[in-house]
Amino acid sequence: MTRLLRMDASGHTELAAWSAGDPASHERAASIFDEQLDGGYMGVAKLHDQSFEQVKQLPVDVEYVLLRRPIVGG
Amino acid sequence: MAAGAGSLPELEAVAWRRRIDERSLRLRERISAAYTALYITPLLVVAAVLVLIEPLLAPIALVGLFLAWVVPELFANRGAVVVRVSRRRDGGPERVAQGLLGDLLGHDERELQRHTGLAMERGRLGVWLVSEAGALLVRPGGRCVHAFCVRVADGDLPPSDRIAHLLLALREDEEGFATVANHAFVGATWRMRRRIPAVRRPALDAAAEVSRAYRG
Repeated sequence: MTRLLRMDASGHTELAAWSAGDPASHERAASIFDEQLDGGYMGVAKLHDQSFEQVKQLPVDVEYVLLRRPIVGG
Repeated sequence: MAAGAGSLPELEAVAWRRRIDERSLRLRERISAAYTALYITPLLVVAAVLVLIEPLLAPIALVGLFLAWVVPELFANRGAVVVRVSRRRDGGPERVAQGLLGDLLGHDERELQRHTGLAMERGRLGVWLVSEAGALLVRPGGRCVHAFCVRVADGDLPPSDRIAHLLLALREDEEGFATVANHAFVGATWRMRRRIPAVRRPALDAAAEVSRAYRG
């Protein structure tokens, strides 16, 4: 199962999980992902080669997807 | 500068900035070295001349030497602020966030972060040390360090989550990360080492060690 995690004040919250063989679970997770993006979060996927990539649509086959807040110069 | 494919989306907010790259970092290093030399050299010369003219003027020469020493230290202190130690929060959210941050780091980097509070990340520009409110970049060779002020725009996050945010942004787009951040200092690693909290120093030593290997 691939998980969608949001980094928030609780540490992190698991919002959804899906598997490549279950399109319905991915569709549900994608809907939640889109809502979070609309709320100002940004998606970062951990790929199987251990690299990280910014994503605007929920990918199917990755290790996990994190939702993060924007960064700013301090 | 518009954010392209693979670029940090946050670059849109600093569209007027030129993208930081190897060349621009080197330019900053040269300008900083020249500026420091330009400032310090006259003070050293005046101090030496005063003592040569009249040894009784040695106390005034010492004032000149003190100024030549203290000004670079003040610059370094401004850079060291990015890795200052903040008030600890060890509650449940921080423990959860620490677990996630630990997953993002390798074994050695995880241990280093737990002891020093800084997450080490090898990049193309050098070795990064990421804190809650900024990052140090130790350049290849280990002798020069840049300090960047950067933070996540959410004050409610536990400390380890703030580090994880910066680490993820850095991994997405290293040059974009350096561009979004505010540049606070560039100078000698040994000078920065003296200005940062003692608990952070092993991380800077480790980053300098790793960055020395960048030269092969």
